[in-house]
Amino acid sequence: MTTGQQALEETVDLAVPTHMTVSGRSHTLRVEPWTSLLDLLREGLQLTGSKKGCDHGQCGACTVLVNGVRVNSCLCLAVMHDGDAITTIEGLGSEGNLSTMQQSFVDHDGYQCGYCTPGQICSAVGMLNEGHARTEADIREQLSGNVCRCGAYPNIVAAVKHVMGMGQTEGGR
Amino acid sequence: MNNFQYVRAEGLDGAARFVAGHVGAKFIGGGTNLVDLMKYNVEKPSSLVDLNRLSMRDVSELPDGGLRIGALVTNSDVAYHPTVSTRYPLLSRAILAGASAQLRNKATTGGNLLQRTRCVYFYDTATPCNKREPGTGCPAKEGINRTLAILGTSVSCIATHPSDMCVALGALGAVVQVTGPGGSRSIPFEQFHRLPGDHPEIDTTLAADEIITSVDLPRTGFAGHSAYIKVRDRQSYAFALVSVAAGLEVADGVIAKAGVALGGVAHKPWRNPQLEQELLVGRPANRDTYHEFQRALLAGAQGFGENDFKLKLAPVTVVRALEQAAHEGEQA
Ligand SMILES: Cc1cc2nc3c(=O)[nH]c(=O)nc-3n(C[C@H](O)[C@H](O)[C@H](O)COP(=O)(O)OP(=O)(O)OC[C@H]3O[C@@H](n4cnc5c(N)ncnc54)[C@H](O)[C@@H]3O)c2cc1C
Ligand code: SF4
Ligand code: FES
Ligand code: FES
Repeated sequence: MTTGQQALEETVDLAVPTHMTVSGRSHTLRVEPWTSLLDLLREGLQLTGSKKGCDHGQCGACTVLVNGVRVNSCLCLAVMHDGDAITTIEGLGSEGNLSTMQQSFVDHDGYQCGYCTPGQICSAVGMLNEGHARTEADIREQLSGNVCRCGAYPNIVAAVKHVMGMGQTEGGR
Repeated sequence: MNNFQYVRAEGLDGAARFVAGHVGAKFIGGGTNLVDLMKYNVEKPSSLVDLNRLSMRDVSELPDGGLRIGALVTNSDVAYHPTVSTRYPLLSRAILAGASAQLRNKATTGGNLLQRTRCVYFYDTATPCNKREPGTGCPAKEGINRTLAILGTSVSCIATHPSDMCVALGALGAVVQVTGPGGSRSIPFEQFHRLPGDHPEIDTTLAADEIITSVDLPRTGFAGHSAYIKVRDRQSYAFALVSVAAGLEVADGVIAKAGVALGGVAHKPWRNPQLEQELLVGRPANRDTYHEFQRALLAGAQGFGENDFKLKLAPVTVVRALEQAAHEGEQA
């Protein structure tokens, strides 16, 4: 969100009316076109659950669901989501009322520092919506867009397998 | 990222005319490449014309038996489309070998064709690069070139086209449908991307104000015998060092039809239909045939240091892909 052309900004208002639903709440906003969906969520709407890791589509920490489909919100321009329904980690569950996937991450220690976790969980939920994962190898491949620098992968896979009814993995294999 | 005007396209004509009439205006599809490049100030559009409300989101049968993929169909929707995965499995495999699920959900068919090179100098505005700033030079030739080209290079640029999907589209012999202020035209896939020559800043034969409306696949898509092999530094979520899309039709051990394209080795998917006719069609489907073909297809390959390993990797990957394609379905 750098403002290169200050002059242009001062003379012309380039903001665009944008309506979107975020985790069930409807928002009518005026958005500057160069605002990413991730920055709008975190800075505009103060929903800081979605994380900024790389800001370039390389880590998955910013993963959210757009109309149920997982995408990297750092590479989305917010103005391009007029009319869309966005679900962030905040919309999946709340303290004391966690969703099945969130609870499974807790139960399986599917994180260490937790920075990648909101993206991992949104991505896992998106993967289940897509319905193409059958095996553990599928899970690993289809979650490869979410990088975990703590290396919590074995427990993440275990948490997802549990939700898919694929049974426990021993010793976090 | 620079400031820019945002326009939602309501019709094809209006969108093309807007870009024709505004210096520095660009179309945007999924944005997964363009927004990334804008964050690095490599792309600095004055306006973005968002194509997403146009009706180019369908996959439909063509009268000649082919398949039309609308320019806005996402990479995921193409890969998992039942007709594509049964009749054109090569295309599904190539797409699913690329990027991540999140990116494939956002990336569009049109945008995938027009994604730009991943050459590190192209991305770094602090360095010279003929593709980004014509006339400044090409540091990659004596620098970081592990991922760059060994075929069809020029003195000014040795970049590779990074797409997986396009390698399969090349082997399948797809046709790109485009429309612009000057009318509509069909571009055979081999003529869509170009070699760098003296103008590495130009990736394709598409004009700046032309919109890709669809990619059309021919009637047959090597449904029985195809393979996509992608060699990369890690097993998932990495660009190809070398990739090969191979499709064959085989009858009684003899090749009846072939399509072979390579990714990661040139400024465009590397294919030579004439050599396929001369050295594959009518020949026995065996290793000797594949080797003779490979030698001719890769003749003149040249490394630049870090990427010399591709001179050995490309030939064996071609042979392996052809063997895998020929034997597909043989043992359960
Ligand atoms: C971390 C990362 C890893 C990746 N890994 C891979 C990989 O392994 N393999 C691979 O193949 N790809 C990979 N990609 C690239 C990805 O496939 C592309 O970014 C994507 O296909 C681009 O599509 P898009 O719709 O988002 O394009 P956009 O970013 O919207 O557009 C790209 C270009 O196309 C133009 N454009 C878009 N649509 C049209 C149209 N209909 N008509 C005319 N012009 C148009 C735009 O003006 C722009 O210049 C990766 C990307 C990232 C960020
Ligand atoms: S290879 Fe091409 S893209 Fe890379 S530095 Fe040279 S001119 Fe630029
Ligand atoms: S912050 Fe979006 S992918 Fe890393
Ligand atoms: S838990 Fe620390 S990055 Fe994944």
